[in-house]
Amino acid sequence: MNLNQNILEKTEKVASKKLMLEIKDLKKSFGNNYVLNGFNLELYEGENLVIMGKSGSGKSVMIKCLVGLMEPDSGSIKVMGKDITILNRMDLDELRTEIGFLFQGSALYDSMTVKENLEFPLRRHKHKFGHITDTTQLVIEALQSVGLADTIDLMPAELSGGMQRRVALARTLILKPRIILYDEPTSGLDPITAKEIIELMRHIQGQYKTSSLIITHDVDCARVVSERMILLIDGVNYAEGTFAELKASKDEKIKAFFK
Amino acid sequence: MLKLIQIKSFFIEIGELTYFGKRFFKELFNKPLELKELLRQCYNIGNKSLLLVGVTGFIIGLVITLQTRPTLEEFGAESWMPSMVSISIVREIGPVIIALTCAGRIASGIGAELGSMRVTEQIDAMEVSGTNPFKYLVVTRILAATLMLPILVILGDAIALYGSYIIENIKGEVSFQLYFNKVFNALEFGDIIPATIKTYFFGFAIGLVGCFKGYYCDKGTVGVGLAANSAVVFSSMLLFIIDFIAVFVTDIFFEI
Repeated sequence: MNLNQNILEKTEKVASKKLMLEIKDLKKSFGNNYVLNGFNLELYEGENLVIMGKSGSGKSVMIKCLVGLMEPDSGSIKVMGKDITILNRMDLDELRTEIGFLFQGSALYDSMTVKENLEFPLRRHKHKFGHITDTTQLVIEALQSVGLADTIDLMPAELSGGMQRRVALARTLILKPRIILYDEPTSGLDPITAKEIIELMRHIQGQYKTSSLIITHDVDCARVVSERMILLIDGVNYAEGTFAELKASKDEKIKAFFK
Repeated sequence: MLKLIQIKSFFIEIGELTYFGKRFFKELFNKPLELKELLRQCYNIGNKSLLLVGVTGFIIGLVITLQTRPTLEEFGAESWMPSMVSISIVREIGPVIIALTCAGRIASGIGAELGSMRVTEQIDAMEVSGTNPFKYLVVTRILAATLMLPILVILGDAIALYGSYIIENIKGEVSFQLYFNKVFNALEFGDIIPATIKTYFFGFAIGLVGCFKGYYCDKGTVGVGLAANSAVVFSSMLLFIIDFIAVFVTDIFFEI
């Protein structure tokens, strides 16, 4: 009785939420190398979905297809109901303001100060905030949310790796996106800084009510932030479930991720 | 077999470069105009090349005069020196050598800068933030190189002529006024205008190749080095081709 009730509650909860991202039968190959071979994904409003996979399993290719940086061979990618594979440049740019992307290596513009880095996305999309002339307040707010308001005039080279990652996160937040894509958010960081970034991700999700798609092979990160997980193996969804469900699996390929 | 593949990839690259150039003209008048970035690039390309162009121009003037003088003296034709030097510098040597020097500085600089932005995903980051990186990074740099190179060449020519005057003044005791009177008497419309027009094409080629190599850079940090290197080689080669075409066309219209 209780189990049936739980399943019913879960189904109702998911059905009542808006679908933010939907990937259907995504295929992408490089020559004869089929990186994605019919990948599917659904991300709901306010959800934290983690994609785990080995290096070279196509995680980064998938996330790049998702924002239009790569063109898939076939399949559909819908972001908030709009198929990005058929959008024109202007509509795609407009839709991209709803998606924040945290790059693996932070990707801060190294010829610009932190302030200029954060102001850059506002150049084209200031209209999202009405008729504002001074963007400094928005920059300060975004930096405060990652705890780095005092770095506003520094250059990226003057920041540590962890600080760069946090400034990059502030840059993704400046346009108040509804979806945030994290590409290996903790890679290359020491365990303590990685933990800080994970906490920050949770804090931001609570503050900005965003939906998050996190690509990682850091089990700790997946454990803390995931509500649902997908294991990407050989270009397809090999397994799907909560962290606990997947960890308890007897399948050797799944167990390998949690060793 | 290997040569065939190399030839094929060369022509593919020419095709891609042409498409890249076409995209430049397509995006040129699209908004936003990125004037602030254009001015910044003009400063980077123009102002920061001044010393290099000045030194190169000065040495060109000195060397040409020093090496030509003995031959002219042999025929008792030293008085022809200002005319000869001015025509050769303004028409050909000045634009080509200064453009080659600038190709070394500008094309490699652009290639390395955009290349490192590509491999560190900064260009991707611009793209996903809904900004057009081609307009912001490429159009401004090509336009700045196109606008700045003629100015640099004119300045380099002037300094080269001044260098030549110094040698003439030392060896032949020619006054500044006499030397430059002879220079301006020798130069005609057909010497200055075609030489200046071709420098716009030189600037365009340098900017285009530098941006093309950097924008499509891959293979990590090794790729950045390759992009910078091939930007210089490819743009230098393109400069000679443009120069040949320019001389050919000038010959038709101005009868050199």
